[in-house]
Amino acid sequence: MISEKRIILKNAGRINPGKIEDYIAAGGYRSAGIALEKDETEIIDIVIRSRLRGRGGAGFTTGLKMKYTNQSGIISPGRYLICNADEGEPGTFKDRAIMENDPHLLIEGMIIAAYSIKASKAYIYLRGEYFRSNELLSGAIRQAKEHEFLGRNIFGTGYSLDIEIKTGAGSYLCGEELTLIESLEGKRGYPRIKPPFPTEKGLFGDPTLVYNVETLSNLPLIIEHGAEYFSSIGTADSAGTKIITISGDVINPGYFEVEMGVTLRDIIFELAGGIPDGRNFKAALLGGASGTFIDSTALGTPLGYDSLKSIGAVLGSGAIMVMNDQRDILKMTHSILKFFGHESCGKCVPCRIGNSVLTDGMEDIIKRRDKSRYNLDLLIYEADYMSKTSLCPLGQSPVLPLKSLKRYFEKEFRFDIK
Amino acid sequence: MNRTEILNRFRPGRENLLMILNELQNNSPEHFISDEDMREVAHYLNIPLSSVFGVVTYYSMLSRIPRGKYIIRVCRSPVCEMTGSEGILEELQRILNIRPGETTADKLFTLETTECLGRCNESPGMIINEEFYGKLGSDDPGKIIDHLKSGIR
Repeated sequence: MISEKRIILKNAGRINPGKIEDYIAAGGYRSAGIALEKDETEIIDIVIRSRLRGRGGAGFTTGLKMKYTNQSGIISPGRYLICNADEGEPGTFKDRAIMENDPHLLIEGMIIAAYSIKASKAYIYLRGEYFRSNELLSGAIRQAKEHEFLGRNIFGTGYSLDIEIKTGAGSYLCGEELTLIESLEGKRGYPRIKPPFPTEKGLFGDPTLVYNVETLSNLPLIIEHGAEYFSSIGTADSAGTKIITISGDVINPGYFEVEMGVTLRDIIFELAGGIPDGRNFKAALLGGASGTFIDSTALGTPLGYDSLKSIGAVLGSGAIMVMNDQRDILKMTHSILKFFGHESCGKCVPCRIGNSVLTDGMEDIIKRRDKSRYNLDLLIYEADYMSKTSLCPLGQSPVLPLKSLKRYFEKEFRFDIK
Repeated sequence: MNRTEILNRFRPGRENLLMILNELQNNSPEHFISDEDMREVAHYLNIPLSSVFGVVTYYSMLSRIPRGKYIIRVCRSPVCEMTGSEGILEELQRILNIRPGETTADKLFTLETTECLGRCNESPGMIINEEFYGKLGSDDPGKIIDHLKSGIR
Protein backbone atom coordinates (compact mmCIF):
# COMPACT_ATOMS: atom_id res chain seq x y z
CA MET A 1 0.00 0.00 0.00
CA ILE A 2 1.68 3.20 -1.10
CA SER A 3 1.23 6.47 0.68
CA GLU A 4 1.89 10.11 0.00
CA LYS A 5 5.29 11.57 0.69
CA ARG A 6 4.61 15.12 1.81
CA ILE A 7 7.82 17.10 1.80
CA ILE A 8 6.39 20.13 -0.01
CA LEU A 9 2.92 19.88 1.50
CA LYS A 10 4.16 18.97 4.99
CA ASN A 11 2.20 21.82 6.54
CA ALA A 12 -1.01 21.30 4.59
CA GLY A 13 -3.94 20.86 6.94
CA ARG A 14 -1.66 21.24 9.96
CA ILE A 15 -1.22 24.98 10.14
CA ASN A 16 -3.40 28.00 9.61
CA PRO A 17 -2.26 29.29 6.21
CA GLY A 18 -3.23 32.81 7.23
CA LYS A 19 -0.83 32.94 10.18
CA ILE A 20 2.90 33.45 9.75
CA GLU A 21 3.40 32.46 13.40
CA ASP A 22 2.20 28.94 12.53
CA TYR A 23 4.57 28.76 9.59
CA ILE A 24 7.51 29.94 11.67
CA ALA A 25 6.68 27.51 14.48
CA ALA A 26 6.74 24.70 11.91
CA GLY A 27 10.29 25.69 10.98
CA GLY A 28 9.45 28.26 8.32
CA TYR A 29 11.84 30.98 7.06
CA ARG A 30 14.78 29.13 8.62
CA SER A 31 15.81 28.01 5.15
CA ALA A 32 15.75 31.54 3.75
CA GLY A 33 18.00 32.55 6.64
CA ILE A 34 20.44 29.77 5.76
CA ALA A 35 20.38 30.72 2.08
CA LEU A 36 21.11 34.38 2.71
CA GLU A 37 24.25 33.44 4.61
CA LYS A 38 25.59 31.70 1.52
CA ASP A 39 27.02 33.10 -1.68
CA GLU A 40 24.55 32.99 -4.57
CA THR A 41 26.81 30.69 -6.62
CA GLU A 42 26.65 28.21 -3.75
CA ILE A 43 22.83 28.27 -3.87
CA ILE A 44 22.91 27.65 -7.61
CA ASP A 45 25.31 24.75 -7.14
CA ILE A 46 23.11 23.15 -4.49
CA VAL A 47 19.99 23.43 -6.67
CA ILE A 48 21.80 21.97 -9.69
CA ARG A 49 23.13 19.05 -7.62
CA SER A 50 19.67 18.41 -6.19
CA ARG A 51 18.57 17.51 -9.75
CA LEU A 52 15.28 19.40 -9.32
CA ARG A 53 13.48 19.83 -12.63
CA GLY A 54 10.83 22.42 -13.48
CA ARG A 55 7.40 21.47 -12.22
CA GLY A 56 5.38 23.67 -14.56
CA GLY A 57 5.48 21.03 -17.25
CA ALA A 58 8.67 21.57 -19.26
CA GLY A 59 10.93 19.76 -16.78
CA PHE A 60 13.97 21.89 -17.45
CA THR A 61 16.81 21.62 -14.91
CA THR A 62 15.93 24.26 -12.32
CA GLY A 63 19.45 25.09 -11.21
CA LEU A 64 20.59 25.73 -14.78
CA LYS A 65 17.92 28.37 -15.35
CA MET A 66 19.15 30.09 -12.19
CA LYS A 67 22.73 29.87 -13.41
CA TYR A 68 21.96 31.36 -16.84
CA THR A 69 20.00 34.23 -15.37
CA ASN A 70 22.74 34.94 -12.85
CA GLN A 71 25.32 35.01 -15.63
CA SER A 72 23.20 37.16 -17.97
CA GLY A 73 22.74 39.75 -15.31
CA ILE A 74 26.39 40.69 -15.31
CA ILE A 75 25.83 43.26 -18.05
CA SER A 76 22.42 44.57 -17.02
CA PRO A 77 21.70 45.63 -13.45
CA GLY A 78 17.98 44.84 -13.65
CA ARG A 79 16.96 41.29 -12.88
CA TYR A 80 13.60 39.86 -11.95
CA LEU A 81 12.14 36.74 -10.47
CA ILE A 82 8.66 35.83 -11.63
CA CYS A 83 6.58 33.16 -9.98
CA ASN A 84 4.29 31.65 -12.60
CA ALA A 85 1.05 31.11 -10.70
CA ASP A 86 -1.14 31.21 -13.80
CA GLU A 87 -2.09 27.55 -13.42
CA GLY A 88 -4.47 26.82 -16.28
CA GLU A 89 -3.74 23.37 -17.71
CA PRO A 90 -7.02 21.41 -17.57
CA GLY A 91 -6.96 18.91 -14.74
CA THR A 92 -4.30 20.80 -12.82
CA PHE A 93 -4.74 22.39 -9.40
CA LYS A 94 -1.49 21.56 -7.61
CA ASP A 95 -0.31 25.16 -7.39
CA ARG A 96 -3.63 26.16 -5.89
CA ALA A 97 -3.11 23.38 -3.32
CA ILE A 98 0.22 24.93 -2.31
CA MET A 99 -0.97 28.54 -2.29
CA GLU A 100 -4.14 27.82 -0.32
CA ASN A 101 -2.47 25.50 2.20
CA ASP A 102 0.94 27.07 2.74
CA PRO A 103 1.38 30.45 1.02
CA HIS A 104 4.46 31.26 3.11
CA LEU A 105 6.25 28.28 1.60
CA LEU A 106 5.99 29.95 -1.79
CA ILE A 107 7.19 33.28 -0.38
CA GLU A 108 10.19 31.61 1.23
CA GLY A 109 11.01 29.75 -2.01
CA MET A 110 10.84 33.07 -3.87
CA ILE A 111 13.26 34.71 -1.44
CA ILE A 112 15.80 31.95 -2.10
CA ALA A 113 15.37 32.06 -5.90
CA ALA A 114 15.46 35.86 -6.06
CA TYR A 115 18.58 35.93 -3.93
CA SER A 116 20.33 33.46 -6.23
CA ILE A 117 20.13 36.01 -9.04
CA LYS A 118 20.34 39.04 -6.74
CA ALA A 119 16.97 40.30 -7.92
CA SER A 120 15.48 42.99 -5.72
CA LYS A 121 12.03 42.76 -7.30
CA ALA A 122 9.84 39.71 -7.76
CA TYR A 123 6.35 39.24 -9.13
CA ILE A 124 3.76 36.58 -8.62
CA TYR A 125 1.66 36.38 -11.79
CA LEU A 126 -1.51 34.87 -10.39
CA ARG A 127 -4.48 33.85 -12.47
CA GLY A 128 -7.48 36.10 -11.98
CA GLU A 129 -9.81 33.25 -11.01
CA TYR A 130 -7.74 32.22 -7.96
CA PHE A 131 -9.42 34.61 -5.52
CA ARG A 132 -8.63 32.67 -2.33
CA SER A 133 -4.95 32.30 -3.31
CA ASN A 134 -4.82 36.05 -3.91
CA GLU A 135 -6.22 36.72 -0.45
CA LEU A 136 -3.80 34.35 1.26
CA LEU A 137 -0.73 35.43 -0.69
CA SER A 138 -1.45 39.12 -0.14
CA GLY A 139 -1.75 38.42 3.57
CA ALA A 140 1.43 36.36 3.58
CA ILE A 141 3.43 39.09 1.84
CA ARG A 142 2.16 41.68 4.29
CA GLN A 143 3.04 39.48 7.27
CA ALA A 144 6.47 38.64 5.83
CA LYS A 145 7.17 42.36 5.48
CA GLU A 146 6.10 42.98 9.07
CA HIS A 147 8.50 40.27 10.20
CA GLU A 148 11.23 41.72 7.98
CA PHE A 149 11.53 38.59 5.83
CA LEU A 150 10.81 40.93 2.91
CA GLY A 151 11.74 44.54 2.34
CA ARG A 152 15.08 46.11 3.03
CA ASN A 153 18.04 44.38 4.68
CA ILE A 154 16.49 40.92 5.16
CA PHE A 155 18.00 39.04 8.12
CA GLY A 156 20.46 41.92 8.41
CA THR A 157 22.37 40.67 5.35
CA GLY A 158 21.92 43.79 3.27
CA TYR A 159 19.76 41.89 0.73
CA SER A 160 16.47 43.57 -0.15
CA LEU A 161 13.47 42.06 -1.92
CA ASP A 162 10.02 43.31 -2.74
CA ILE A 163 7.32 40.89 -3.97
CA GLU A 164 4.26 42.14 -5.82
CA ILE A 165 1.22 40.17 -6.95
CA LYS A 166 -0.10 40.87 -10.43
CA THR A 167 -3.31 39.13 -11.36
CA GLY A 168 -4.18 37.85 -14.79
CA ALA A 169 -7.66 38.09 -16.25
CA GLY A 170 -8.53 34.82 -17.91
CA SER A 171 -5.97 33.64 -20.43
CA TYR A 172 -4.41 30.15 -20.49
CA LEU A 173 -1.69 31.38 -22.79
CA CYS A 174 -0.37 33.77 -20.14
CA GLY A 175 0.95 30.71 -18.33
CA GLU A 176 3.65 30.41 -20.96
CA GLU A 177 6.68 32.30 -19.67
CA LEU A 178 7.25 34.76 -22.51
CA THR A 179 3.54 35.43 -22.98
CA LEU A 180 3.32 35.93 -19.22
CA ILE A 181 6.01 38.57 -19.48
CA GLU A 182 4.11 40.34 -22.26
CA SER A 183 1.03 40.35 -20.04
CA LEU A 184 3.05 41.67 -17.08
CA GLU A 185 4.27 44.49 -19.30
CA GLY A 186 0.66 45.54 -19.84
CA LYS A 187 0.05 44.07 -23.27
CA ARG A 188 -2.08 41.48 -24.98
CA GLY A 189 -0.85 37.98 -24.25
CA TYR A 190 1.04 37.18 -27.42
CA PRO A 191 4.11 34.94 -27.33
CA ARG A 192 7.54 36.10 -28.33
CA ILE A 193 10.04 34.26 -30.44
CA LYS A 194 12.60 32.35 -28.41
CA PRO A 195 15.55 32.65 -28.33
CA PRO A 196 16.17 35.07 -26.69
CA PHE A 197 14.98 33.26 -23.58
CA PRO A 198 13.77 35.18 -20.52
CA THR A 199 17.00 34.28 -18.70
CA GLU A 200 18.72 36.54 -21.18
CA LYS A 201 16.04 39.03 -22.15
CA GLY A 202 12.79 38.94 -20.22
CA LEU A 203 10.73 41.46 -18.30
CA PHE A 204 11.39 44.97 -19.61
CA GLY A 205 14.26 43.45 -21.59
CA ASP A 206 16.17 42.38 -18.49
CA PRO A 207 17.33 38.87 -17.39
CA THR A 208 14.34 37.20 -15.79
CA LEU A 209 13.95 33.94 -13.92
CA VAL A 210 10.48 32.44 -14.35
CA TYR A 211 9.60 29.54 -12.08
CA ASN A 212 6.44 27.57 -11.45
CA VAL A 213 4.88 27.64 -7.95
CA GLU A 214 5.71 23.99 -7.22
CA THR A 215 9.30 24.41 -8.40
CA LEU A 216 9.81 27.36 -6.04
CA SER A 217 8.14 25.48 -3.20
CA ASN A 218 10.87 22.82 -3.36
CA LEU A 219 13.68 25.30 -2.74
CA PRO A 220 13.33 25.76 1.04
CA LEU A 221 13.59 22.05 1.74
CA ILE A 222 16.53 21.68 -0.65
CA ILE A 223 18.45 24.46 1.06
CA GLU A 224 17.59 23.22 4.54
CA HIS A 225 18.21 19.51 4.03
CA GLY A 226 20.74 19.62 1.23
CA ALA A 227 21.12 18.54 -2.38
CA GLU A 228 21.97 14.93 -1.46
CA TYR A 229 18.78 14.56 0.57
CA PHE A 230 16.59 15.76 -2.29
CA SER A 231 18.53 13.83 -4.91
CA SER A 232 18.11 10.62 -2.91
CA ILE A 233 14.34 10.84 -3.27
CA GLY A 234 12.73 9.78 -6.52
CA THR A 235 14.40 8.18 -9.53
CA ALA A 236 17.49 8.49 -11.70
CA ASP A 237 15.87 10.98 -14.07
CA SER A 238 13.41 12.61 -11.71
CA ALA A 239 14.42 13.60 -8.20
CA GLY A 240 12.03 14.55 -5.45
CA THR A 241 8.27 14.33 -5.27
CA LYS A 242 5.44 15.45 -7.54
CA ILE A 243 2.06 16.80 -6.56
CA ILE A 244 -0.34 14.87 -8.74
CA THR A 245 -3.86 16.19 -9.34
CA ILE A 246 -6.28 13.45 -10.26
CA SER A 247 -9.83 13.94 -11.51
CA GLY A 248 -12.51 12.25 -13.56
CA ASP A 249 -13.68 8.71 -12.90
CA VAL A 250 -11.97 7.93 -9.59
CA ILE A 251 -13.38 7.47 -6.10
CA ASN A 252 -11.05 10.02 -4.48
CA PRO A 253 -10.29 12.86 -6.89
CA GLY A 254 -7.90 15.45 -5.48
CA TYR A 255 -4.22 16.19 -5.00
CA PHE A 256 -1.58 13.75 -3.77
CA GLU A 257 2.13 14.35 -3.25
CA VAL A 258 4.03 11.23 -4.25
CA GLU A 259 7.65 10.23 -4.62
CA MET A 260 8.77 10.11 -8.24
CA GLY A 261 8.89 6.50 -9.30
CA VAL A 262 5.53 5.33 -7.92
CA THR A 263 3.50 3.70 -10.66
CA LEU A 264 0.43 5.13 -12.36
CA ARG A 265 -1.46 2.11 -11.03
CA ASP A 266 -0.43 3.00 -7.46
CA ILE A 267 -1.75 6.51 -7.91
CA ILE A 268 -5.00 5.73 -9.71
CA PHE A 269 -6.04 2.55 -7.90
CA GLU A 270 -4.56 2.95 -4.45
CA LEU A 271 -4.36 6.63 -3.63
CA ALA A 272 -7.34 7.69 -5.72
CA GLY A 273 -9.32 4.58 -4.87
CA GLY A 274 -9.81 3.25 -8.36
CA ILE A 275 -12.85 3.49 -10.63
CA PRO A 276 -16.25 3.95 -8.95
CA ASP A 277 -19.58 2.24 -9.68
CA GLY A 278 -18.00 -1.09 -10.53
CA ARG A 279 -16.70 0.19 -13.85
CA ASN A 280 -13.34 -0.53 -15.44
CA PHE A 281 -10.42 1.64 -16.39
CA LYS A 282 -10.31 2.67 -20.04
CA ALA A 283 -7.87 5.56 -20.36
CA ALA A 284 -6.02 8.28 -18.51
CA LEU A 285 -5.03 11.66 -19.91
CA LEU A 286 -1.68 12.60 -18.40
CA GLY A 287 -0.49 16.20 -18.32
CA GLY A 288 -3.72 17.95 -19.18
CA ALA A 289 -4.92 19.01 -22.61
CA SER A 290 -1.31 19.34 -23.80
CA GLY A 291 -0.78 15.84 -22.57
CA THR A 292 -1.08 12.25 -23.67
CA PHE A 293 -3.58 9.41 -23.38
CA ILE A 294 -2.50 6.05 -22.03
CA ASP A 295 -4.34 2.75 -21.75
CA SER A 296 -4.18 -0.01 -19.14
CA THR A 297 -0.98 -1.47 -20.61
CA ALA A 298 0.90 1.59 -19.37
CA LEU A 299 -0.34 1.52 -15.78
CA GLY A 300 2.84 -0.11 -14.50
CA THR A 301 4.98 2.82 -15.66
CA PRO A 302 6.83 4.65 -12.89
CA LEU A 303 6.16 8.37 -12.57
CA GLY A 304 8.95 10.49 -14.01
CA TYR A 305 9.84 12.77 -16.91
CA ASP A 306 11.89 10.27 -18.91
CA SER A 307 10.12 7.10 -17.85
CA LEU A 308 6.83 8.46 -19.18
CA LYS A 309 8.48 9.83 -22.30
CA SER A 310 9.76 6.33 -23.07
CA ILE A 311 6.18 5.08 -23.42
CA GLY A 312 5.06 8.01 -25.53
CA ALA A 313 3.55 9.89 -22.62
CA VAL A 314 4.29 13.10 -20.76
CA LEU A 315 4.33 14.02 -17.08
CA GLY A 316 3.56 17.66 -17.84
CA SER A 317 1.83 19.45 -15.00
CA GLY A 318 1.17 16.17 -13.19
CA ALA A 319 -2.53 16.16 -13.99
CA ILE A 320 -4.18 12.76 -14.42
CA MET A 321 -7.72 12.58 -15.78
CA VAL A 322 -9.22 9.11 -15.60
CA MET A 323 -11.85 7.76 -17.99
CA ASN A 324 -13.96 4.66 -17.32
CA ASP A 325 -15.07 2.13 -19.91
CA GLN A 326 -18.28 4.05 -20.66
CA ARG A 327 -16.51 7.24 -21.71
CA ASP A 328 -16.15 8.32 -25.29
CA ILE A 329 -12.55 8.90 -26.41
CA LEU A 330 -13.69 10.79 -29.52
CA LYS A 331 -15.75 13.25 -27.48
CA MET A 332 -12.85 13.83 -25.10
CA THR A 333 -10.54 14.47 -28.04
CA HIS A 334 -13.01 17.00 -29.39
CA SER A 335 -13.13 18.62 -25.93
CA ILE A 336 -9.37 19.00 -25.87
CA LEU A 337 -9.22 20.47 -29.37
CA LYS A 338 -12.00 22.95 -28.54
CA PHE A 339 -9.99 24.06 -25.53
CA PHE A 340 -6.99 24.89 -27.68
CA GLY A 341 -9.20 26.65 -30.22
CA HIS A 342 -10.68 28.88 -27.50
CA GLU A 343 -7.34 29.70 -25.93
CA SER A 344 -5.33 30.35 -29.09
CA CYS A 345 -4.30 34.00 -29.20
CA GLY A 346 -4.49 34.06 -32.98
CA LYS A 347 -1.01 35.44 -33.62
CA CYS A 348 0.27 32.49 -35.68
CA VAL A 349 -1.75 31.52 -38.73
CA PRO A 350 -1.00 27.79 -38.38
CA CYS A 351 -2.32 27.74 -34.80
CA ARG A 352 -5.29 30.03 -35.40
CA ILE A 353 -6.52 28.25 -38.48
CA GLY A 354 -5.04 24.87 -37.62
CA ASN A 355 -6.97 24.59 -34.35
CA SER A 356 -10.15 25.41 -36.25
CA VAL A 357 -9.40 22.70 -38.78
CA LEU A 358 -8.66 20.18 -36.03
CA THR A 359 -11.81 20.99 -34.08
CA ASP A 360 -14.09 20.94 -37.11
CA GLY A 361 -12.35 17.82 -38.39
CA MET A 362 -12.88 16.02 -35.11
CA GLU A 363 -16.53 17.05 -35.06
CA ASP A 364 -16.88 15.69 -38.57
CA ILE A 365 -15.31 12.38 -37.57
CA ILE A 366 -17.77 12.08 -34.68
CA LYS A 367 -20.78 12.97 -36.87
CA ARG A 368 -19.96 11.14 -40.08
CA ARG A 369 -17.59 8.40 -38.87
CA ASP A 370 -16.22 6.39 -41.79
CA LYS A 371 -17.89 8.82 -44.21
CA SER A 372 -15.87 11.71 -42.82
CA ARG A 373 -13.31 13.50 -44.95
CA TYR A 374 -11.09 13.42 -41.89
CA ASN A 375 -9.33 10.67 -40.00
CA LEU A 376 -6.80 10.45 -37.20
CA ASP A 377 -3.80 10.43 -39.53
CA LEU A 378 -4.95 13.61 -41.23
CA LEU A 379 -5.45 15.33 -37.89
CA ILE A 380 -1.97 14.27 -36.81
CA TYR A 381 -0.51 15.55 -40.07
CA GLU A 382 -2.19 18.93 -39.52
CA ALA A 383 -1.17 19.09 -35.86
CA ASP A 384 2.40 18.12 -36.67
CA TYR A 385 2.57 20.92 -39.23
CA MET A 386 1.21 23.32 -36.59
CA SER A 387 3.78 22.22 -34.04
CA LYS A 388 6.61 23.05 -36.44
CA THR A 389 5.28 26.44 -37.43
CA SER A 390 3.78 27.91 -34.25
CA LEU A 391 5.66 30.27 -31.97
CA CYS A 392 4.53 28.91 -28.66
CA PRO A 393 3.62 25.71 -26.85
CA LEU A 394 -0.09 26.12 -27.51
CA GLY A 395 0.21 25.55 -31.26
CA GLN A 396 2.82 22.92 -30.54
CA SER A 397 0.52 20.97 -28.23
CA PRO A 398 -2.42 19.34 -30.09
CA VAL A 399 -0.05 16.92 -31.78
CA LEU A 400 0.76 15.37 -28.37
CA PRO A 401 -2.65 13.96 -27.44
CA LEU A 402 -3.33 13.07 -31.08
CA LYS A 403 -0.13 11.06 -31.48
CA SER A 404 -0.82 9.26 -28.22
CA LEU A 405 -4.26 8.34 -29.53
CA LYS A 406 -2.61 6.78 -32.56
CA ARG A 407 -0.42 4.73 -30.27
CA TYR A 408 -3.00 3.63 -27.71
CA PHE A 409 -6.50 4.19 -29.10
CA GLU A 410 -6.33 3.88 -32.87
CA LYS A 411 -9.23 1.42 -32.77
CA GLU A 412 -11.54 4.17 -31.52
CA PHE A 413 -11.07 5.95 -34.84
CA ARG A 414 -11.68 2.83 -36.96
CA PHE A 415 -15.38 2.55 -37.64
CA ASP A 416 -15.13 -0.51 -39.88
CA ILE A 417 -14.03 -2.58 -36.91
CA LYS A 418 -17.05 -1.76 -34.71
CA MET B 1 -13.85 54.68 -4.79
CA ASN B 2 -14.14 56.68 -7.96
CA ARG B 3 -12.10 56.29 -11.09
CA THR B 4 -9.53 58.98 -10.29
CA GLU B 5 -8.93 57.53 -6.83
CA ILE B 6 -8.36 54.10 -8.32
CA LEU B 7 -5.96 55.41 -10.96
CA ASN B 8 -3.95 57.35 -8.43
CA ARG B 9 -3.28 54.19 -6.43
CA PHE B 10 -1.03 53.03 -9.25
CA ARG B 11 2.18 54.44 -10.60
CA PRO B 12 1.46 55.54 -14.22
CA GLY B 13 3.48 52.78 -15.87
CA ARG B 14 2.10 50.52 -18.60
CA GLU B 15 2.88 47.44 -16.50
CA ASN B 16 0.01 48.45 -14.21
CA LEU B 17 -2.56 48.43 -17.01
CA LEU B 18 -4.09 45.05 -16.24
CA MET B 19 -4.22 45.68 -12.49
CA ILE B 20 -5.90 49.06 -13.10
CA LEU B 21 -8.46 47.49 -15.41
CA ASN B 22 -9.18 44.71 -12.88
CA GLU B 23 -9.68 47.32 -10.13
CA LEU B 24 -11.92 49.53 -12.26
CA GLN B 25 -14.06 46.55 -13.20
CA ASN B 26 -14.27 45.26 -9.62
CA ASN B 27 -15.39 48.69 -8.45
CA SER B 28 -17.95 49.11 -11.20
CA PRO B 29 -21.52 48.26 -10.08
CA GLU B 30 -22.18 46.75 -13.50
CA HIS B 31 -18.85 44.86 -13.58
CA PHE B 32 -17.57 46.34 -16.80
CA ILE B 33 -15.08 48.76 -18.27
CA SER B 34 -16.70 51.69 -20.02
CA ASP B 35 -15.37 53.59 -23.01
CA GLU B 36 -14.85 56.53 -20.68
CA ASP B 37 -12.81 54.30 -18.35
CA MET B 38 -10.62 53.26 -21.25
CA ARG B 39 -10.04 56.87 -22.34
CA GLU B 40 -9.11 57.93 -18.80
CA VAL B 41 -6.73 54.99 -18.38
CA ALA B 42 -5.04 55.69 -21.72
CA HIS B 43 -4.60 59.29 -20.70
CA TYR B 44 -3.28 58.39 -17.23
CA LEU B 45 -0.76 55.89 -18.57
CA ASN B 46 0.08 57.99 -21.60
CA ILE B 47 -0.51 55.14 -24.03
CA PRO B 48 -2.78 54.97 -27.08
CA LEU B 49 -6.46 54.22 -26.52
CA SER B 50 -6.05 51.35 -28.97
CA SER B 51 -3.56 49.70 -26.60
CA VAL B 52 -6.03 49.83 -23.74
CA PHE B 53 -8.80 48.59 -26.03
CA GLY B 54 -6.53 45.77 -27.16
CA VAL B 55 -5.93 44.58 -23.61
CA VAL B 56 -9.59 44.87 -22.55
CA THR B 57 -10.74 42.80 -25.52
CA TYR B 58 -8.02 40.16 -25.10
CA TYR B 59 -8.67 38.98 -21.53
CA SER B 60 -11.79 36.88 -21.01
CA MET B 61 -12.54 38.18 -17.52
CA LEU B 62 -12.76 41.79 -18.71
CA SER B 63 -15.99 43.08 -20.21
CA ARG B 64 -16.78 46.15 -22.29
CA ILE B 65 -20.49 45.68 -21.84
CA PRO B 66 -22.45 46.18 -18.60
CA ARG B 67 -23.14 42.97 -16.75
CA GLY B 68 -25.44 41.76 -13.99
CA LYS B 69 -25.00 41.66 -10.24
CA TYR B 70 -24.05 37.98 -10.39
CA ILE B 71 -21.71 36.80 -13.11
CA ILE B 72 -22.08 33.07 -13.61
CA ARG B 73 -19.13 31.44 -15.33
CA VAL B 74 -19.57 27.76 -16.18
CA CYS B 75 -16.41 25.77 -16.86
CA ARG B 76 -16.43 24.01 -20.20
CA SER B 77 -12.94 22.49 -20.22
CA PRO B 78 -12.32 18.76 -20.80
CA VAL B 79 -12.78 17.41 -17.24
CA CYS B 80 -15.96 19.40 -16.56
CA GLU B 81 -17.32 18.69 -20.02
CA MET B 82 -16.81 14.96 -19.48
CA THR B 83 -18.62 15.08 -16.14
CA GLY B 84 -21.63 17.07 -17.36
CA SER B 85 -21.01 20.80 -17.78
CA GLU B 86 -23.11 20.96 -20.95
CA GLY B 87 -26.18 19.87 -19.00
CA ILE B 88 -25.50 22.48 -16.33
CA LEU B 89 -25.15 25.21 -18.90
CA GLU B 90 -28.36 24.15 -20.65
CA GLU B 91 -30.22 24.13 -17.33
CA LEU B 92 -29.01 27.63 -16.53
CA GLN B 93 -30.02 28.87 -19.97
CA ARG B 94 -33.46 27.37 -19.43
CA ILE B 95 -33.95 28.84 -15.95
CA LEU B 96 -32.61 32.30 -16.76
CA ASN B 97 -33.89 32.41 -20.33
CA ILE B 98 -30.63 33.85 -21.63
CA ARG B 99 -27.74 32.53 -23.72
CA PRO B 100 -24.04 32.69 -22.80
CA GLY B 101 -22.85 36.27 -23.10
CA GLU B 102 -26.26 37.72 -22.15
CA THR B 103 -27.68 39.32 -19.01
CA THR B 104 -31.17 38.82 -17.58
CA ALA B 105 -33.64 41.68 -18.04
CA ASP B 106 -33.69 42.38 -14.29
CA LYS B 107 -29.90 42.80 -14.50
CA LEU B 108 -29.35 40.16 -11.82
CA PHE B 109 -27.54 37.45 -13.74
CA THR B 110 -25.01 37.30 -16.55
CA LEU B 111 -24.21 33.89 -18.00
CA GLU B 112 -20.77 33.13 -19.37
CA THR B 113 -18.57 30.15 -20.04
CA THR B 114 -14.98 29.83 -18.89
CA GLU B 115 -12.08 27.47 -19.33
CA CYS B 116 -10.47 25.34 -16.59
CA LEU B 117 -10.89 26.88 -13.14
CA GLY B 118 -8.47 24.50 -11.43
CA ARG B 119 -11.22 22.81 -9.37
CA CYS B 120 -11.31 19.62 -11.44
CA ASN B 121 -11.73 17.29 -8.46
CA GLU B 122 -15.13 18.95 -7.88
CA SER B 123 -16.35 18.88 -11.46
CA PRO B 124 -18.56 19.98 -13.08
CA GLY B 125 -18.06 23.41 -11.64
CA MET B 126 -18.84 27.09 -12.02
CA ILE B 127 -18.03 30.34 -10.29
CA ILE B 128 -20.52 33.07 -9.50
CA ASN B 129 -18.55 36.25 -8.86
CA GLU B 130 -15.89 34.89 -6.49
CA GLU B 131 -17.73 31.85 -5.16
CA PHE B 132 -17.08 28.40 -6.56
CA TYR B 133 -19.86 25.80 -6.84
CA GLY B 134 -18.77 22.26 -7.65
CA LYS B 135 -20.01 18.70 -8.08
CA LEU B 136 -23.10 20.21 -9.71
CA GLY B 137 -26.09 17.97 -10.25
CA SER B 138 -29.07 18.84 -12.42
CA ASP B 139 -30.96 20.25 -9.41
CA ASP B 140 -28.20 22.56 -8.30
CA PRO B 141 -28.47 25.42 -10.82
CA GLY B 142 -32.11 25.99 -9.83
CA LYS B 143 -31.38 25.88 -6.11
CA ILE B 144 -28.41 28.22 -6.40
CA ILE B 145 -30.29 30.75 -8.55
CA ASP B 146 -33.19 30.72 -6.07
CA HIS B 147 -30.83 31.31 -3.15
CA LEU B 148 -29.23 34.27 -4.88
CA LYS B 149 -32.57 35.73 -5.92
CA SER B 150 -33.88 35.60 -2.39
CA GLY B 151 -30.70 37.25 -1.14
CA ILE B 152 -29.73 34.51 1.27
CA ARG B 153 -26.07 34.68 0.27
